[in-house]
Amino acid sequence: MDKHTGMTLIVKMITQVMIGFLLVFGAYIVLYGHITPGGGFPGGVMIALAYILLTLAYGRKVVESKISGVAASIVDDLGALLFWLVGIIGLYIGGRYFYNFLGKGEPFNIFSAGTIIISNIGITLKVGMSLYAIFLALAILQRVVTEEEPKEEGE
Amino acid sequence: MENLIILHILLVFMIIGAIITIEIRNMLSAVIAVGAVGFMLSVQFLFLGAPDIAITQVIVEILSLIILIRATINVDNVAIERKEEIIFSNRITLIFIGVILIFAWTAFHALPTFGEPSMRVSQFYLIHGLQEVGATNFVTSVILDFRAYDTFGEAVVLFTSISGAFAILRRWKKEQHKDFLRIDREH
Amino acid sequence: MTLYMLNFSLMMVGMYALIVKRHIVKKILGIAIMEYAVNHFLILIGFKKAGVAPILTKDMDLATFIQTAVDPLPQALVLTSIVIGLGTLALMVAIAIRLYERYGTFDMHEINRLRG
Repeated sequence: MDKHTGMTLIVKMITQVMIGFLLVFGAYIVLYGHITPGGGFPGGVMIALAYILLTLAYGRKVVESKISGVAASIVDDLGALLFWLVGIIGLYIGGRYFYNFLGKGEPFNIFSAGTIIISNIGITLKVGMSLYAIFLALAILQRVVTEEEPKEEGE
Repeated sequence: MENLIILHILLVFMIIGAIITIEIRNMLSAVIAVGAVGFMLSVQFLFLGAPDIAITQVIVEILSLIILIRATINVDNVAIERKEEIIFSNRITLIFIGVILIFAWTAFHALPTFGEPSMRVSQFYLIHGLQEVGATNFVTSVILDFRAYDTFGEAVVLFTSISGAFAILRRWKKEQHKDFLRIDREH
Repeated sequence: MTLYMLNFSLMMVGMYALIVKRHIVKKILGIAIMEYAVNHFLILIGFKKAGVAPILTKDMDLATFIQTAVDPLPQALVLTSIVIGLGTLALMVAIAIRLYERYGTFDMHEINRLRG
């Protein structure tokens, strides 16, 4: 199955090398979003792009066995819930919605700026997984539109 | 000063790219031309002192190129045009756009001149941001602390649009074996 | 002033595509161009002459930084608006693909005629 889906061997090898760098750079952009340029939105889109590169190179079946569309939707909702929870906990502790209830810390330190890092992680999950899921849905639809290919049985 | 000249040149190139986008007949070329416009926009953001947005624009541009190419790659690739009726509506639209541009020329005099923004609210963020939030990236401190409620609203908008796309793309009863949202863990 | 006018004419190019063109994907591209123009306009308003990016580094003095930094507020709003634009683009592409699947064409007039 591995041989017949996706692109050629060259693309697959380069994807294998690049995918780790992409994910690590996305995580760096998210975690250092309050110190250097970046944040949850570009980091989330970058992580979604890493998964999309994997999908384009290896075909949909291989990637969906790792993280399916349903799982991506669930992670997306969990990210939204995490972001909402930060706001609600701030409401109960400080009396204001999105009150910064954690310590401020030292500037230029990664554990500074209180709740911003948690909100960034929530936004990353939300943006990244929702865009990946919408790409999967569009890819499936496109294939159905162009040619009604015979459906593969099982794996 | 050479900064301003670069901005003008890039904007003129963006307009040329946009005109190519809407007038070329091959749809794949149109999509790639709009990608070029987006990348020039990100270079402009870099010159305007907004590295956050430059990063976001580059990455989002790649993803939107992928989505648009998925939309146009396999279907009929040529723009649809009929000559005889299009000339009339062309002229009327061009006249209206000219009128709007003249009004815009007078309206832009009411704005603060370029290079001297009125920072009544932002001055507060810049002065109090470091001791109240502790983040050294002030854009992030505005997004996620001072105006986190706005960001939450925008996350809701994103959620709504993605849910709408799912509702449109999902398969109904007849073809449910291809359904992506249906939970089938049996096989 | 010239920059504002050039920016507004870029937006008008998008508006022209939205009104005149009959291909649905061309209309979507027109909306995308208008979005670029609006985002760029908001950043242009917040720019300060000889300004620095609103990100503090270790070797900067806070008082001079406050004097020279560009406006962070429009940047924050545009940053979210770009990602929202991607979501709405996906929604529009989904609608266009569904229409093609149903009617077999991307032509707006043709679709109107087939419905009628």
